[in-house]
Amino acid sequence: MAGNGLAKKVRDTQVWKSIFRHGPPDNARNRAAVIAGNVFLHLHPIKLKKSGVQLGYTWCMGGLTFFIFLALTVTGLLLMFYYRPTAEYAFNDIIALREHVPLGIMREIHRWGAHAMVITVWIHMFRVFMTGSYKPPREFNWGIGVILLVLTLLLSFTGYLLPWDQLAIWAITVGSGMAKATPFMGNAGPGAMLARIGDFVMVSDKNDVRFQLLGGRFVGEPALLRFYILHCVFIPLVVGVLIAVHFWRVRKDGGISAPL
Amino acid sequence: MLKELINHLAEPIVSFPIATFLFYLMIKHYKTFGSKKFATWFTILSIPVLIFFFADPNFYLIIKTPDNVPIGILLVLVAFFTWFTMHKAAINDTRMEQGLEPVEAMPENREKVWSWPNLVYTELFAIIACTAFLVVWAIVFKAPLEESANPTWAPNPAKAPWYFLGLQEMLVYFDPWMAGVVLPVLIVAGLIAIPYIDTNPKGNGYYCFKDRKWAIISFMYGWLILWVYLIIVGVFLRGPNWTFYGPFEYWDFHKIVAEFNINLSEFIWIKGLGIGMPKNLVVREIFGIILTIAYVGFIPVWVARATSFGRKFYIDLGPIRYYLFMTLVVVMMSLPIKMVLRWLFSMKYIIALPEWELNL
Repeated sequence: MAGNGLAKKVRDTQVWKSIFRHGPPDNARNRAAVIAGNVFLHLHPIKLKKSGVQLGYTWCMGGLTFFIFLALTVTGLLLMFYYRPTAEYAFNDIIALREHVPLGIMREIHRWGAHAMVITVWIHMFRVFMTGSYKPPREFNWGIGVILLVLTLLLSFTGYLLPWDQLAIWAITVGSGMAKATPFMGNAGPGAMLARIGDFVMVSDKNDVRFQLLGGRFVGEPALLRFYILHCVFIPLVVGVLIAVHFWRVRKDGGISAPL
Repeated sequence: MLKELINHLAEPIVSFPIATFLFYLMIKHYKTFGSKKFATWFTILSIPVLIFFFADPNFYLIIKTPDNVPIGILLVLVAFFTWFTMHKAAINDTRMEQGLEPVEAMPENREKVWSWPNLVYTELFAIIACTAFLVVWAIVFKAPLEESANPTWAPNPAKAPWYFLGLQEMLVYFDPWMAGVVLPVLIVAGLIAIPYIDTNPKGNGYYCFKDRKWAIISFMYGWLILWVYLIIVGVFLRGPNWTFYGPFEYWDFHKIVAEFNINLSEFIWIKGLGIGMPKNLVVREIFGIILTIAYVGFIPVWVARATSFGRKFYIDLGPIRYYLFMTLVVVMMSLPIKMVLRWLFSMKYIIALPEWELNL
C-alpha cells in the first residue's frame, strides 16, 4: 500500500495530511495511529484478542444495534421535518409523506429499523448471556445493558403512537391501560381503594400514573405530544448517555469477554 | 384433516406442553441438537412444512401483515442462534471432556490482532449488509397505515406492539396488575440481578453448556418458552376477543368459546364444603391466601432444607442470593402453574378479591 501515482499524490497533498495525521495503516505504528487518532474509531482498542473479532463469537449484534440506533436517529430527524405532533395534522402529515414523496422509504426504514433494533438487542443479550459475559468484572455493564433494552422497547412503544392511526392509538391504549392497574398508583390497581379519606378518593383516573403518562384519561392529543417528546428527545438523550457508559465500560472492564 | 389436527395442536393447552417437552429434549440431547447434521435435516424438512403453511390462505392472511414480518425474522434468528450457541457449546464441552481448552482459549485465538483492519472491516461489512437488508425490506413492505385515529371505535382484537404480546398473552392467566406491572418489573429486576446471583466463575468468555447448566436452563426456558412462545401465540393465534384461532382458521368474529372459570374460594366453599360463601372477605379467600403465602414463602425454605440439590444451592449461594434467586424462580414458574391450573381445573383466581382489585 505504499502507493504510487495518483493515490500517492493525493496522500501527499496538504489537505489530505491535515485530515489524516498518519500514513497509510500498513505498519504497526500507523495501525495504532488510525484507531487512536480518530474520534469515532477510538471507541475500539488498538489491538484485541482474536476470539473477540470472530463473528462466530460476537455475532456483531451489539454493534448492529448501535448502528441501527444511528440509522433511526438520521431517518427520524428527516421525518421530523414533515411531521407535526397534533391531532389535527399528525395523520395527514403521514399521508402526505406517503403520497407526495416519490420513492420515499424513510418512514419504512424508520419503522422496520425500529423492529430490527428490538430484535438485535434481544439477540445481543442472548449472546452475552450464553458466553457468560455478565460475570465479574462485567456485572454492572450487564445491568446498563438491561436498562438499554428496556429503553429500546420504550422508544419503539412511544414511536408506535405517532402515525396517529387506528393501529397506533389502540395499541397504545392497550399498552398504557396496564398502568392503571399499578398497585397503589393506578386507579384500578390493588391498594388504590385504601387510599381514600371519607368520600375523597386519592387515586382516581384523574391523577394516577396512567393519567401522568398520557396527560389525560384516554389516548388523546396531550398523549401524542408527550409521546412525541419522549420519543424524539427525552429517551434518545438518556439512551445516548447510557450507550456512552456501556461502551466505556466494555473497554474498562477488559474489552469483549474472552476466557480468563 | 391434517390442518384441523394442527389447529388443535396449536392450542396453548396442547402446544405449551409440547413446547416445554421439546425444550426438555433439546437440553437433554443438546449435542445432537447442536450438530450440523441436525441443522441440515431440520432445514430440509422445514421447507415442505413452510410451503404447506404458506399455501393456506388463512395462514397467509396473518403472516403477510407487514407488522408481522419482524416476528417471522425474529423466529428465524432465534431458531438459528439457539442452534448455533448449542453447536458451539457442544464443541467446547466435547473438547473439555477430552481435557482440552475451549476453542476461544486456544493459543491462536488468545493472540492479539490489530483492530485495523480485522475489526473495522468486519464492522463495515456488517453495516453494509444491514443497510442493504433494511433498504430491501423498506422497498418490499410498505409501513402500515390504517384509518385515522378514532377513539370511539375500537378494533377487535386490539393488540399492543408485538414485543409486548407475551405480556398481553399473560393477561389470559393474570390480571393487569400482575401481567402488566408486577411481572414486567420483576423480569427487568431479575435480569439485572443475574450477575449478582450467579456466582459460578466458570463459563466466562466462551460457549459452553455443562459448566453452567442450571443458569442456561433457567434463562433459556424464560426466554424461549415464556417469552418467545407467548409472543407467537399472542401474534398469530389470538384473534377477535383474544379468542384462540388455529393457524389455518379464519378469524371469524362469531366464534364463541364457552368458558366457565371458577375461583378457588368458590371451588372450596360451594363445591367442596357446600356451605356457601362466607361474608368476611379474608375468611372467604383464606385458602388462596394461605396457598399463595405457602408457595412464595415456604417452597424456597423447604427446597433448601429437604432436597439435596437445594441444600447444595443454599450453601453455594448463601442465604441472600439463594432467597433472591428462589423468589424469582417461584414467581417465574407461577405463570406455567397458573396455566396448568386453568386448563385442568378451570381455575380463574387463587385469590379473588375484586373488592380490593386484588385478584391473583
